Amino acid sequence: MTSYGQPGPAGPQAGDVRLEVSGLEVRARRGGAEVVSDVSFQVRAGEVLGLVGESGSGKTTVALALLGHARRGLAISAGQVCLDGVDLLRLSPADLRRARGARVAYVPQDPSAALNPTLKVGTQLAEAFRVHPGVVGDPAERITQIMQEASLDPSPAMLRRYPHQLSGGQQQRVTLAMAFACRPSLIVLDEPTTGLDVSTQRHVLNTVRSMCTSYGVAAVYVSHDLAVVGGLVSDVAVMYAGRVIELGSTQRLFAEPLHPYTRGLLAAIPSPERAELLTGIEGQQPRPGSRGPGCTFAPRCGFATDLCLQHEPVPVLVEGRTVRCHRAQELSGTPTPRAGVPARSGPPSAGAALSVRGVSASYGPVPVLAGVDLDVPAQSCLAVVGESGSGKTTLARCIVGLHKDWTGEITFAGQPLGRSARQRPRETLKRVQYIFQNPYTSLNPRKTVAQIVAQPLEQFARLPHRERTARVDAVLADVSLGSGYAGRYPDQLSGGERQRVAIARALVVEPELLVCDEVTSALDVSVQAVIVELLRRLQHERQLAMIFITHNLALVRNIAQSAIVLSQGTVVEAGPVEQILENPTDPYTVRLIQDVPRLAAAGAGQIRSAVRLDPPGPGGPAAPATRPASPWSAP
Amino acid sequence: MAAVVPGHAAAPAAPAAPAVRARRREWLAALAAAARTPRGAVGLILASLIVAVAVIGPFLAPHGIADIVGPDLAKPSAHFPLGTDYLGRDVLSRVLDGGWVLLIMAASATVIGVGLGAAAGISAAYLRGVADGMIMRTVDVILAFPQLVFALLLLSILGPRLWLITLAVGITHAPQVGRVIRAATLDVSEQDYVKAVELQGTPPTKVMVREILPNLVTPLMVEIGLRLTYSIIIIAGLAFLGFGQNPPAASWGELINDNRAYLAVNPWAVIGPAVLIALLTIGVNTYSDAIARVAIGVDRRPEEAALLDDLGPREAA
Repeated sequence: MTSYGQPGPAGPQAGDVRLEVSGLEVRARRGGAEVVSDVSFQVRAGEVLGLVGESGSGKTTVALALLGHARRGLAISAGQVCLDGVDLLRLSPADLRRARGARVAYVPQDPSAALNPTLKVGTQLAEAFRVHPGVVGDPAERITQIMQEASLDPSPAMLRRYPHQLSGGQQQRVTLAMAFACRPSLIVLDEPTTGLDVSTQRHVLNTVRSMCTSYGVAAVYVSHDLAVVGGLVSDVAVMYAGRVIELGSTQRLFAEPLHPYTRGLLAAIPSPERAELLTGIEGQQPRPGSRGPGCTFAPRCGFATDLCLQHEPVPVLVEGRTVRCHRAQELSGTPTPRAGVPARSGPPSAGAALSVRGVSASYGPVPVLAGVDLDVPAQSCLAVVGESGSGKTTLARCIVGLHKDWTGEITFAGQPLGRSARQRPRETLKRVQYIFQNPYTSLNPRKTVAQIVAQPLEQFARLPHRERTARVDAVLADVSLGSGYAGRYPDQLSGGERQRVAIARALVVEPELLVCDEVTSALDVSVQAVIVELLRRLQHERQLAMIFITHNLALVRNIAQSAIVLSQGTVVEAGPVEQILENPTDPYTVRLIQDVPRLAAAGAGQIRSAVRLDPPGPGGPAAPATRPASPWSAP
Repeated sequence: MAAVVPGHAAAPAAPAAPAVRARRREWLAALAAAARTPRGAVGLILASLIVAVAVIGPFLAPHGIADIVGPDLAKPSAHFPLGTDYLGRDVLSRVLDGGWVLLIMAASATVIGVGLGAAAGISAAYLRGVADGMIMRTVDVILAFPQLVFALLLLSILGPRLWLITLAVGITHAPQVGRVIRAATLDVSEQDYVKAVELQGTPPTKVMVREILPNLVTPLMVEIGLRLTYSIIIIAGLAFLGFGQNPPAASWGELINDNRAYLAVNPWAVIGPAVLIALLTIGVNTYSDAIARVAIGVDRRPEEAALLDDLGPREAA
């Protein structure tokens, strides 16, 4: 039936539990701070479990523990990881080494870093068979087979290539093929699609799912993105501060999240279908070693009671799901309120704040933009949408003057702009402000928040010290950072707080045009929602013209009034947001909209209506009979 | 169920108390972290001991450095622990007195060298173009001479004065420091936070001093440690070759030169200063190596590393 090469207790039958994790705990070697604790779940043959959490939740620590590995300074201090009945954590180092690769395989996040750039693809694929001789009869034949399964061309020409000669998607397929090479029982996928474009992502995910089903492999899929996981996995474990806080079937969990954190996460995911007020989750996860006695989510939870703050909840079974919340039972059925984006007061004024005509740009000999036209109406937000490599960041850099190798005309408030920032008058520099993509690199680590925010003021306005401080405090308050943040350094801030500081730095000189370059792409979903809401509010309150650059079409509706779609350096579609999202004319836009990962349709509908139609029986309700139409289920 | 209102929209809570306290300066933290590693502790103790000998030594010396207190070339005895030299002066007193001038000269030369080198390196890397070409080609020319030979060349032109020796040694350090700092600056000047400041129309000198320099603290500290070691060796070497203090004053390098002819009769007059120079350079070098290791994370305490990594790839980046 299958060609499972390793001796297992029995051939893998669909429904057999292959992986059983119980009471897994990982601590710091010194100090003993708890990084991950009391993690238990099981995965059946052919199933994929989604291990979902934001950064710092311990999901990668758990994923590595499944291979019997703990990172430097950490130790697996308790628990079991039973694979086909054998506890990996009790194996001798030699046995563990034999199991890795053959019984448990790992697919890394970044294939370009995981593949050895000096070895040919064929050599790297054959490595597994050299390390685990006897697993397969004929390595060459198996390589051809796994490459076909991974949708790679199995020709000798492909095997002779080096990793840099492959696209990102192909590289990830090679690592998938390597992972499946020895027909392992368990595959651990650590955010394998994070660096890929939406369309490539979708194809890679399809490959993963079909390979798991056909060989009865149990898979654990680690991700920070609920929407991606939603279409792929059968069960989801949501992690928060080192614990699994909700575990259950994907459909039910999406349809009616029980834990307040899961509710918050789902509410933070933007939808391409309608404009909603995104509600993020304020605050941040407690770090290992600073977790309080009560429920770790309680400080950020709108439902928390005294009990939650004092006693840690134990997992309870509610409606067939394991939930770690004192109030899960009583809250089940409570709707999660959602609000629409408030209507804008009055139509935006007609005049264009910024207009770009026939801008072409290149990096050395490589053309990046070809004849781009766009208009940003005053007091209005234009979204620039495109996949990586479409030239959207280059466009932003031309507009603000960071990239000077361009031709064409950019006019701001009726005046043409110089090629680079150095050729522009000070007044123009002040009126156009730029927010960088990554708040982890855009703030000087040696300066305090107050110094960073005051810097443009020093440059553009000669103000007495007292007034400068007052303006810095005011703008920090405006981005919801209290004055307590003024003396902090960037490394004492979370990603969301850093991005707020970056926004404050741009706003402190009261610009007229704000260029936001993928400002949420480095942030967690719950934080992304908070930042997008903040920008939407500030743009409206301060009547800014804004360019919002993003690869995520779902965000566009929340923030922008008009949009352009960029592909390979040219504008393929432009117009009001509703028109582009609902009646796209260009095939590229159509594909882009289709490929947006979204929550399973039925589930998403239920969150919004928030009405439970089927009160569950004691054994859990019957799941909806049909799987909701999912973008992944297409053949 | 009136209580059932999600509180997501609330403003972030006031910052946690411990984070508000003023942070220690980065370089002090790195020095302290290095001293906590075994390597750093050994280096620091060794270097401090020798520095203590050089600083307190002149006050402890039982005899004046020029006093002829006994028979020449006496063997070590209770009265003269390291014996006497060829004129009958007490070797111990001369050794105790011979360190501080060397230390001051070495420290000054290091400051001069690292200062010049850092200025050249940062300017070359940040300004690019013609400035980069001119600075770096000059550096290449100077680097073509061995350091000691170049210092001798300068001294033969300028004459052997103590401050000139110090200046010459400092100048010979500058090209090497410049190369290292240029590489580090190239990295820093591509960071978004530098671009952000450039977009505000900030003049280049301000960008270099206020944005880039503070981010070079770590390589600068490593350079200081390394150049201090070289300064000690070169200045001692120059003294050995006769460029140094006027007799009867003598630093450790000159003591070795003075007494090497009588090595077979009273070896302690050579061994004493030689051992002190060796221990000092080993100590300083070991400690600066520890700083470098702490800085690049090799010797970061493991639990710190793990907890930082657990915050996810973005923050680790």
